[in-house]
Amino acid sequence: MAEESVTIRKLREQFADRVQVLPTPADGMDTVKVKREDILDVCMFLRTDGDLDYDLMRDLTCVDYIHEKPRFEVVYHLYSIYYSHAVRLKVRLEERDPAIDTVTGVWVGANWYEREAYDLYGIKFNNHPDLRRILLYPEFVGHPLRKDYPIDKEQPLFEEREETKGVR
Amino acid sequence: MADLTKELHTQCMTLQMGPSHPAMHGTVKLLVDVDGEEIHIVKPEVGYLHRGFEKMCENSTYHQVTPFTDRLNYVSPFINNVGYALAVEKLLGIDVPERCKYLRVLACEISRITDHLTCLGASGMELAAFTVLLYSIEAREWMWELVEALCGARLTTTWTRIGGVAYDMPEGFEQKTHQELDKVKRLIDDISGLLVKNRIFYDRMRDTGVLTADECLAYGVTGPCLRAAGVYYDVRKAKPYLVYDRMDFEVPLGKHGDNYDKFMVRVIEMQQSIRIIEQVLDQIPDGPISVDDPKITLPPKEKVYTSIEALVHHFNIIIKGIRPPKGEVYVAVEGGNGELGFYVVSDGSDKPWKCRCRGPCFPIVQAIPKMLEGSMIADVIPTFGMVNMIGGEMDR
Repeated sequence: MAEESVTIRKLREQFADRVQVLPTPADGMDTVKVKREDILDVCMFLRTDGDLDYDLMRDLTCVDYIHEKPRFEVVYHLYSIYYSHAVRLKVRLEERDPAIDTVTGVWVGANWYEREAYDLYGIKFNNHPDLRRILLYPEFVGHPLRKDYPIDKEQPLFEEREETKGVR
Repeated sequence: MADLTKELHTQCMTLQMGPSHPAMHGTVKLLVDVDGEEIHIVKPEVGYLHRGFEKMCENSTYHQVTPFTDRLNYVSPFINNVGYALAVEKLLGIDVPERCKYLRVLACEISRITDHLTCLGASGMELAAFTVLLYSIEAREWMWELVEALCGARLTTTWTRIGGVAYDMPEGFEQKTHQELDKVKRLIDDISGLLVKNRIFYDRMRDTGVLTADECLAYGVTGPCLRAAGVYYDVRKAKPYLVYDRMDFEVPLGKHGDNYDKFMVRVIEMQQSIRIIEQVLDQIPDGPISVDDPKITLPPKEKVYTSIEALVHHFNIIIKGIRPPKGEVYVAVEGGNGELGFYVVSDGSDKPWKCRCRGPCFPIVQAIPKMLEGSMIADVIPTFGMVNMIGGEMDR
């Protein structure tokens, strides 16, 4: 077995069995499965620990594994400029309650990524400062990147919004 | 409420800049709360160009996704093509031939030059330097002729294949590239000569649109904007892909993170890209341009029409697609505006289960309020120009 990285070692020390290290995928990035209630603690630890220093939030997205339970998987890609190491965090969410704590308090830039995940997958981020749709319009019905949203589904027409009346 | 004690009293009002505004290249709306000329609050609204890139990818085979990637950052399509191809190749666990790697680096750097030229030309014009636009469009035209010679198209290149590239360099391409690069180099010098010490340009660029290193990182801003703030992060150096580790080039860094530094970083990056292209042309080895595996890459067209095996392979790839093993990859390349990442998840079928594009523009536009709040309304123009937002990539 290859030697484990600083990130994995530190996470194991700090969180013991609350985190689960997954086998490394094809791109060789450390991949860690985190419980939903721990995400804020883990992110804060990764950001503030001196040997880890994950200062760049590369990406946050969601994957819909419709045939599995729990159904949704929120994926975080983090990177440290100084140490140039990367980690991927995964959190599984149940279909009936797809809610998770926001990490906007750790990286401000998570704001729009979380809004995007809310918009396209319907994941709710607790304590998010401004959880609105971002790429789609407010009247859109459903969450189009869910696997049970048909690709050719049409959207209903809607009334003109009060605030845009008269604005040309 | 109007402050009537002021000599020239003003009132706070909301301006809608965009979605279709001469200074908003691309479609984005900035809701700007202004008091006189001072900006209080900026709210960017995005999504006008959303066309469901990920949903389309999930319903197409791996080869069919490549044309969609052209339309992400449409001023540097080669980089998108290469980024996607690298991600799927990593998923498949294959390595492309040497010549293909060099060709991809060549194409990426041509794209980077066109990207930066577009950015500089457009922002120069908006600051009343119209000559700069004409110069950079001319230089870009020469670069696009090279692109055209490589793949036959100017914007919608679709040049990479999974496991290789579609076409090799045509005859006389190297010589032509050297000639064009000499001309482009001179034009870049002219452009920077017109602007670098230009009083009007300098005053409008310096100390406007400032984003410090910490703020950049907090927002996830990468690329020229991050390097202008003095952070040494370039994917080509941090995690070299293709043959960037064999190339001798420098990564320019700024100091203040303002618009002027972003401009200078882009100018120097173009010069470095020219250096890289010259090295590629010197070093490029002979050999095949794609992997020799008919299960993965499309056979050349002339063989499809002349041999039955190639025809069958072509048919199989088009109709049935390729099936990478179950797994996931995140691959980042250095795009024109920063880190361009592809997160591809495969479930073992012929279509990607998930194909996410992490475009660099998304976090940068998110950081626009930070750059603008507290400054004057005239600063919107250079700041937005140097952000170089590309709608296709941001809204996907």
